[in-house]
Amino acid sequence: MAQEYVLEMRGVSKEYYGNYVLKGVDLKVRAGEIHGLVGENGAGKSTLMNILFGMPVIHSTGGYEGEVLLGGETVRFLTPGDALAAGIGMVHQEFMLLPSFSIAENIKLNREPLIPTPLSRLFGTRLSRVDMPKVRSDARQALDTIGLGIDEMLPVLGLPIGFMQFIEVAREVDKMGVRVLVFDEPTALLTESEADQLLAALKRIASSGVAIIFISHRLEEVLTICDNITVLRDGEVVTTTPASGATIQMIAELMVGRQTERPDLGQRPIEPSDDDIVLELTNLEVDMPGEEVKGLSLSVRRGEILGIAGLAGQGKIGISNGIMGIFPSRGSVKKDGEEIPLNRPGEAYKRGIAFLSEDRKGVGLILDRSIDSNISVVASLVKGDFLRSLPLGLRVRDRKAATAYAEQAIKDLDIRCTGPAQLLRHLSGGNQQKVCVARALALRPEVLLVSEPTRGIDVGAKEKILDLLVSMNRKQGVTIVLTSSELAELRRVSDRIAVIYNGKLVDILSPDDSNAKFGLAMAGKKVSEA
Amino acid sequence: MEAKRRLSPKGVLRGNGVPIMFFFLCALGVLASGKPFSFLLQETISRMARNSFIVLSLVIPIIAGLGLNFAIVLGAMAGQAGLIAVAAAKIKGLPGLFTAVVVAFPLALLLGWAAGSIMNRAKGREMIAGMILGFFMNGVYMLVFLFGAGTVLPIKDPRMILPQGYGLRNTVDLQVVKWSLDNLLKVRVGPISLPLATFAVTALLSMGILRLFSTKLGQDMRAAGQDFRIAEVAGIKVDRTRMVAMLLSTVLGAIGQILFLQNIGTLNVYDSHGQTGTFAIAALLVGGATVTKATVGQALLGTFMFHLLFIVSPYAGQNLLGSAMVGEYFRAFVAYAVIAFSLALHSLQRSKMAVRR
Amino acid sequence: MSLRERILKTVSDLGLPRVTVILFLIGLFVLGAVQGVPIADLISNSIGRFGMNAMLTLSMVPAIQCGIGPNFGLPVGIIAGLLGLVISMEFGFTGFTGLFTAAVLGLVLGAAFGVLYGNLLNRVKGQEMMVGTYVGFAVVSGMCMVWLLMPFKNPRLIWTLGGEGLRFTISLKDFFSNVLDNFLAIRAGAFKFPTGLILCVAVAALLYRLFEYTRLGTAMDLAGQNEQFARAAGINVEKMRVTGTAISTAMGALGIVFYAQSYGFVQLYTAPLMMAFPAVAAVLIGGATPKSAGISNALVGTLLFQTLLAITVPVTQSVISGDISEIIRLIVSNGMVLYALTRGHGGGNNGS
Repeated sequence: MAQEYVLEMRGVSKEYYGNYVLKGVDLKVRAGEIHGLVGENGAGKSTLMNILFGMPVIHSTGGYEGEVLLGGETVRFLTPGDALAAGIGMVHQEFMLLPSFSIAENIKLNREPLIPTPLSRLFGTRLSRVDMPKVRSDARQALDTIGLGIDEMLPVLGLPIGFMQFIEVAREVDKMGVRVLVFDEPTALLTESEADQLLAALKRIASSGVAIIFISHRLEEVLTICDNITVLRDGEVVTTTPASGATIQMIAELMVGRQTERPDLGQRPIEPSDDDIVLELTNLEVDMPGEEVKGLSLSVRRGEILGIAGLAGQGKIGISNGIMGIFPSRGSVKKDGEEIPLNRPGEAYKRGIAFLSEDRKGVGLILDRSIDSNISVVASLVKGDFLRSLPLGLRVRDRKAATAYAEQAIKDLDIRCTGPAQLLRHLSGGNQQKVCVARALALRPEVLLVSEPTRGIDVGAKEKILDLLVSMNRKQGVTIVLTSSELAELRRVSDRIAVIYNGKLVDILSPDDSNAKFGLAMAGKKVSEA
Repeated sequence: MEAKRRLSPKGVLRGNGVPIMFFFLCALGVLASGKPFSFLLQETISRMARNSFIVLSLVIPIIAGLGLNFAIVLGAMAGQAGLIAVAAAKIKGLPGLFTAVVVAFPLALLLGWAAGSIMNRAKGREMIAGMILGFFMNGVYMLVFLFGAGTVLPIKDPRMILPQGYGLRNTVDLQVVKWSLDNLLKVRVGPISLPLATFAVTALLSMGILRLFSTKLGQDMRAAGQDFRIAEVAGIKVDRTRMVAMLLSTVLGAIGQILFLQNIGTLNVYDSHGQTGTFAIAALLVGGATVTKATVGQALLGTFMFHLLFIVSPYAGQNLLGSAMVGEYFRAFVAYAVIAFSLALHSLQRSKMAVRR
Repeated sequence: MSLRERILKTVSDLGLPRVTVILFLIGLFVLGAVQGVPIADLISNSIGRFGMNAMLTLSMVPAIQCGIGPNFGLPVGIIAGLLGLVISMEFGFTGFTGLFTAAVLGLVLGAAFGVLYGNLLNRVKGQEMMVGTYVGFAVVSGMCMVWLLMPFKNPRLIWTLGGEGLRFTISLKDFFSNVLDNFLAIRAGAFKFPTGLILCVAVAALLYRLFEYTRLGTAMDLAGQNEQFARAAGINVEKMRVTGTAISTAMGALGIVFYAQSYGFVQLYTAPLMMAFPAVAAVLIGGATPKSAGISNALVGTLLFQTLLAITVPVTQSVISGDISEIIRLIVSNGMVLYALTRGHGGGNNGS
C-alpha cells in the first residue's frame, strides 16, 4: 500500500515565528500522475515546495512538522542537494541558463560526463576531460524526450523565451533517477502555442513514469492536463479532487475563501455615488512585467473605498503603477475630468494622488535616512511642503517642522521606534510600512492608491493599517483605491470590489456577493456568462 | 567544443573593433616612426618574448568571471622576491632561474589566495578590489624590502643593501640570470634573432590553457564566469573555482615576471612591477579581449600590437611633434584609454543584458 | 550592557580598520610624548595637512550622495584646477588675485568637465569606480602631452633649456604660495594655525551643508539613496547624477588649488595620477560607505588620516630611519578602501 504513491506529504505544518503558514497539509502523488497545486499567493504553495526541496530557509526557522515520504520511505531533506540526489527536480520560473553555453552544455551543467586523464588521477576529478560528444548525445536524447527538435549546439543567447523554458525542462528530464518534477508557473512567460507545446511535453514526461506537481494560476491549463488537483487556502488543504469532475468556477471559489463579518465602518457625510467621479480610467494599458493591464476602463467614485481584486499575474497590481507613471502605459487617466499625462512619474503626485507601493523596498523605503526624512521628503520635493525660506529667497527643508510632524505620526500610527531621528533600517517591516503610510498621509492626498498594504506584516499591524485607511476615508474624505490579494481584507473595508482578469475588468461586485460570484469573476467569467 | 556561433561580416567587424582600430594605429605609427621594419620587428619580437607569458596569465581570470586581473601585480611581486633571493644567493644561469621560480611559487600561492579571498568577498566588484589590493600589497612589499632586507631576510651584500645596514637598494643587478632562458636556444632567422626557449615556454603555457578549458575545471570556470549565481544553484562550487583561477593566474604572473626580468637583466625593486598590470591588461584588450571574454590568440595578437606601438611611439613623436617624450606619454595614454574604453563597454553590455532579462 | 559588551559593539559599529587607525594615532601620540617630540609641532603639522587636503576629500561627498560612489575620477577635477593655476600664473597674477583667478577658473572648468564626465558615468552605471579610475588615468596621461605642447610663455613656468612646455613642478613662490595659510594666521612659537585656509574649508563645508537642505540637494540625495523611489517621485535621476558629479569635480578643482597654495608647488604631469585614492580612503575612514556619505565623514576622516601621516615619521624617527610614511599611507588608505569594498552591503546587484 505504501508503494502506491511516489510522493506523500502527511500532516505537514510550518510556522514562522508563531504564525502558522501551513497547517496539516496532505498531498499524495502517484508515479505518472500530473497533480495540480493551486492557491492564492500566500496560501502556502511556495512554503510547501520549499519543504519538499530542503531549502535552508525552512531549517533556519525551526524546521517543519509532519512527514514527507518518497517511494514509501520517510525522508527529511536538509539541503536542496539532498532533494536533488533523491530524485526531486524543479523547473523554476526564472531561467537558470548560461547564455554563452550551448543548449547541450546547459542541459548537462555540472553533470557533464567525464573522461579520466593522467592529471586527474593525481590531482582530482576536476582535471578530467569533459566528454563533449556524450554531452551532445545526452542532450539530444533529453530534447527528443520532450519533443523539441532544436539543434543542441546552438548558444542559448538569443533564443526565444519559450525555448528556454523547454531547455530547463530537458535539463530536469536528463537527470538520472528523477521521480518527482515540480513545475512552478511554467507557462507564465510563454505564448499560447508555446504553452500548448509545453503541456504536451509534460504529458509525455508523465507517461514515462515521473510524478509531476503542476503549480499554476492558469486554471484552464490545470484542468486540461492534471489528473488530480489540490486547492490550498490559508495554509490548509481545502480539497483534493480529480480534475475530471471540477470546473474553473468551483476551483476559483474554493481558492477564494470564507465570508467574514463586516464591521460597521461608520457613516460619511455624503455617500459615494456615480454622480461624482474623481478618477476615470479609459482603456488603460500598462506594461508591468508579470502584471500587464490590457485595456481597462473603470470609474472611481469620490469618497469611496474601491477594492481591486484578482489572481496573481492578472494585472491588478499594474493599475496603480500605471497611474503613477512607474511603468510604460497607454490610454487615458483623468482626475476630476482633467487628463493626467501618463509615463511621467510625479504628475500624479502633483494632482493630489499618492501611492503606497507593494514594492516597499524598491519604491518605498530610504533605509539609511531618518524617519522624519522618509516621511517628509516626497512632500517637500513634490508639493513644496516642510520647507522654510531663507534670506535671498532660498527655500530649504524645515527640519523642525518635519520632526514635529513625524513625532505626531509616530504617536498616531503607533510606530515602534526610538524617535523621529532613527534610521529606517532599524525598524521592523510592519513599522516601516507605517512610515510609508505616514508619508502618504503627509502628502494630504485626495486619492490614495494602496497596493498590498499588509503583505508580509504581522497580524496586529495589519489591523492597525486597515483601520487607518478606513479612518482616512471616513474622517478626511480620502478616496482609497485598495489593491490586494487578500479578498477577505477587501471585503471587510471596500464599498465596491473590481475584479481583474487577464488585464481587463471582469466585473464590479459588492462585498456581500457570494463566493461563487467572486470565484467566477477571478476566473474571468461574469455572472451572466455562467 | 564551443557553442556554434552565428557569423556575419558586420558582426565580425563590430566584435573586433578594438584590434582593428589598433592595427591602423600601429600602421600609422610605423610609418611615422621612419624606422626600418626589420628593426621594429626585432624589437617587437624580443618584447613579445618577455611579455607574452604574463599577458596569457590574465586569460584565465577573465574566463572565470573575475574580470581584468588588476591583482596580477601580486604575482609579479612574488616573482621579484624570488629573483631577489637568487641574486642574493648568487645562483647562476638556468638553475638560478629555476630557484627563483621555486622560491616565488609558495609566495605566489599565498598572495593568490589572499587575492582570491578578496575577490570572492567582493563579487561584482572584483576589478576595483583587485586594483586596490595591488596598491595595498605594494605597501606591504615595500615594508618587507625596506625594513626586512638585511634584518629578517639575511641579505648581506653591500651592493644590494643600503648603507644604513638594512633596506634593499632600488636596483638589483640580475646579471646572474640575465638571458639564461633566452640564450638557451637562440636562433637567427635572417636579420631577426629569436629566443626559442622562451617562446617554447610561452607556447607550452598557451597549450596548457587550451587544455585547461577542455577539462571539468575549465568548464566550471566558464560557467562561473558567465553567471556565478546560476552556476552555484547548479551545484558548482563557485568560490573554490574562482580561487583556483586566481591561484593559477598569480603563479603564472610570478613566472611571467621572472621571464620578463631575466630578459631585462636589472630589477628596479620598487618600480619594476608598477606598470606590469596596466600594460599587460592593456595588451590583452588591444588583442580584442573584453572584460568577459579572452582567448590565447587575443593575448598573443595583443601583445604584438601593443608592444609595436610602444616601440614606435617615441620615434613617431619625435618626427611628428618634435618630442620623443610626447610619444612616451602617448603610449601610456593609449594603455589607460584602452582599459577605460573596455570597462565602459563592459558596463554597457551588462545593462543591456539586465534589460533583456 | 556591560562595559565589555559596549566596547565590542563600538568596535563592530566603527569597523576594524577605523578602530585600528584610531588606536594607531593614540599610540603614536603617546609614543611621541614619551620621546619628547614637541607636540606643538605635531599638532601644527596635522592641522596644516588637514587644511591642505580637506577640500579634496569633501569632493567625495556629492559624488557618493548622488549615487556614483566615491569619485575615483577625481583627477579630472584636479586637472581643471591645475589648468586654472597655470593660466593664472601665466598671466602673472600674484597674491589673492592670483589665487582667486585660479580658483574661479578651476571651478568653472571643473564644473564643465564634471558635466561631461557625469554624462559618461551615466552610461556605465554599476562600473563607475573602475571606469572613473581609468578615465582619470587616461585624462592625466593625455594632459601630460598637453602640458608638454602648451604654448605657455612665462619663463617661470616653462623649461629653461627646451624653451617650450611646462615644467614638472612649478614653484608658487612670488605668486601666491601660502596666501590662504598666512591670512590671519595664528602663530605661537613653532605652532602655526592657517586661519585663512581653515576658514575657506569651513565655508565650503557649510555651503555644501546648505545645499543638502535645498530641494535640489534633497532630490540629489534621494536619487543616490534609492534610484527607483526617486524616479517614482518624478526626479530625473540621470540629471541628479550629473549634478553631483559636476559639483564633485568642481570641488576637486578647488581642492587642488588649496592644496597647491599650501604646498607651495604646482605639480603637473603624472603627479595627479593617484590623487583620488587618499581622498577616497579619508572619507571612508571618516565613516562613509560607498553608498552614503556626509560632510562630517569627510572632515573627520581627513583629520584622522592626515594626522596619522603627519606624526608617523617624527615619532618613529628614532627607531626607524627611512620614509615609512609612504608605506603607512599605502597600507592604511588601501586597507580602508578594501574593507569598505568587501563589506557585503544589502542588495548590491548593481555594484561593480
